[in-house]
Amino acid sequence: MSATKKSFKTMTAGQIVLSVIKYTVLLALAVVALVPFVWMISSSLKTSVDVFSIPMKWIPEEFHWENYSLIWERVPLMAYFKNTAVLAIIVTFMQILTSSFAAYAFAKMSFKGRDLLFMCYIGTIAVPWQAYMVPQFIMMRSIGLYDTIWALVVLQSFTAFGVFLMRQFYLGIPNDLSEAARIDGLSEYGIWARIILPLAKPAIATLCIFTFVNTWNDYMGPMIYLTTDIRKTIQVGLRRFIQAYSADYNLIMAASLCSLIPVSVVFLFLQRYFIEGIATTGMKG
Amino acid sequence: MTDSAANARRKMSRLEKRNTLIAYSFLAPNFIGFVIFTLVPVIFSFALAFMDWGGGQNVTFVGLANFRYIFKDFSFTKSNLGIALKNTVFYTLMTVPLTLLCSLCLALVLNKAVRGANFFRAVFFFPYVASMVAICVCWNFLLMKTGPVNQILNAIGFNMKKSWTSSRELAIWAIIIVSVWRNAGYYMVMYLAGLQGVPAELYEAATMDGANGWQKFTKVTLPMLTPTTFFCSIMMVISCFKIYDVVAIMTQGGPGRATKMLVTYIFELSFGGEGIATSAQYGVASAVSMVLLAIVLAVTFVQFRGEKKWVNYM
Repeated sequence: MSATKKSFKTMTAGQIVLSVIKYTVLLALAVVALVPFVWMISSSLKTSVDVFSIPMKWIPEEFHWENYSLIWERVPLMAYFKNTAVLAIIVTFMQILTSSFAAYAFAKMSFKGRDLLFMCYIGTIAVPWQAYMVPQFIMMRSIGLYDTIWALVVLQSFTAFGVFLMRQFYLGIPNDLSEAARIDGLSEYGIWARIILPLAKPAIATLCIFTFVNTWNDYMGPMIYLTTDIRKTIQVGLRRFIQAYSADYNLIMAASLCSLIPVSVVFLFLQRYFIEGIATTGMKG
Repeated sequence: MTDSAANARRKMSRLEKRNTLIAYSFLAPNFIGFVIFTLVPVIFSFALAFMDWGGGQNVTFVGLANFRYIFKDFSFTKSNLGIALKNTVFYTLMTVPLTLLCSLCLALVLNKAVRGANFFRAVFFFPYVASMVAICVCWNFLLMKTGPVNQILNAIGFNMKKSWTSSRELAIWAIIIVSVWRNAGYYMVMYLAGLQGVPAELYEAATMDGANGWQKFTKVTLPMLTPTTFFCSIMMVISCFKIYDVVAIMTQGGPGRATKMLVTYIFELSFGGEGIATSAQYGVASAVSMVLLAIVLAVTFVQFRGEKKWVNYM
């Protein structure tokens, strides 16, 4: 590692050329990754006519900040935001609660049929949701949850993925800890609450971001289940906005950017956990 | 045998029973929800594939009629199922290798000591976190008739007269580009984790044997990364077969049927495009779902069969 982090003085000409190439490539790739977002910001500050100007201008001639106030008047964007926030927070909370609870049994207790049951859980991850979304939809409609946020809550709160992620992390916590607590007379629930859970903070953080981001960005679920305009989530609402104001690309871009803000904030603050979490759950199958 | 031993054994089995009950109580909150909202619908969808149901009171058993209906006049250029299959397979065959290649390159560059590695890692990963609708709208715009991409392509001598999403040939590529761009950062993280696991001794040994950089890459790095590649390709193939969001937002399966995918087809049958269908064909939709499920399982099975041939575990 440190060998390549030499200061320029100690580098040979060849090494300097190499590192220049390396950083050029990196910057070019970063530009490719970010250019759509830059374009979004730029367009969101133009007039609807200027957006299409040829040749394209990266920096608008005039900054039309009023676009950002206009969008709130056109569609009930605020309601969409609120609905999505409520949904994402409830689902995230439920997932962490039920997953961390169930994972404890899979990782720290031994009982009959444990491994078989766990295999069944993992098996369902491979079944595409689309294969059973129709029966699920019919079921939701028959129990009266159609067109309510609760349909999405119950669908997304009990996932095998969350259990899997938490279990993988629990396995890394030494069994001596729970054994010692058992001898000291702590009940299983006590061990879960006082010993395992505090140690599993990184896993909880990972699951938290995963669930929040996925629920916030979910498009298909809300599209199937929510029909009343005022109950829709931001993704579906955004799509509606786009269809209604297809000519006003500046407003569309402004609304799209706003929809990115909450996830970006969560991501920036917790990205370290997020990325490490993916790496660990992904590889320790 | 003494009484106390028998007692101890009885006590033990009572303890075991109690333990099992406690374990079930831990599982219950998740398990009950999981069974009702996932497992039951999965089983139900198997049954539905053999029924005729439009959502009303009448449900009739029709045997294989739904399957006969979707496979009727099967062809990759005319029948709905054939076209959806062809498009989905093409999309998967293009997206998986391209994403693997991009993410491997990103990981290799970032794995070298780089100043600001965390910054670049976050930048490459960000597209994955950003919402699909926002991304697709943006790319739709970038790929428009007079959009930035076409302006650049025209400037370097191509003759781009159409927006990508309304061209029969390019529409599916628009979807592939967006998918690769979005997922490369995610799989990059997987590869970074894989690269961390390659023992430094192997490189040292290779250096001692006089291997150059390219040889080290092909003889050490790539073979050691095969478990990562295997895992990523399985995950990606499964998710590619389930492609829906990008298509729904960017092209709605069009122009014509040029980007109609399996899930797009399932969706049309059950919900009639967007919203609630006037004439839902849940049975037929379930039959198509079963085809999707069968393909996903078959592909995963074949990949696992091939695992021993090219994947090196330590």
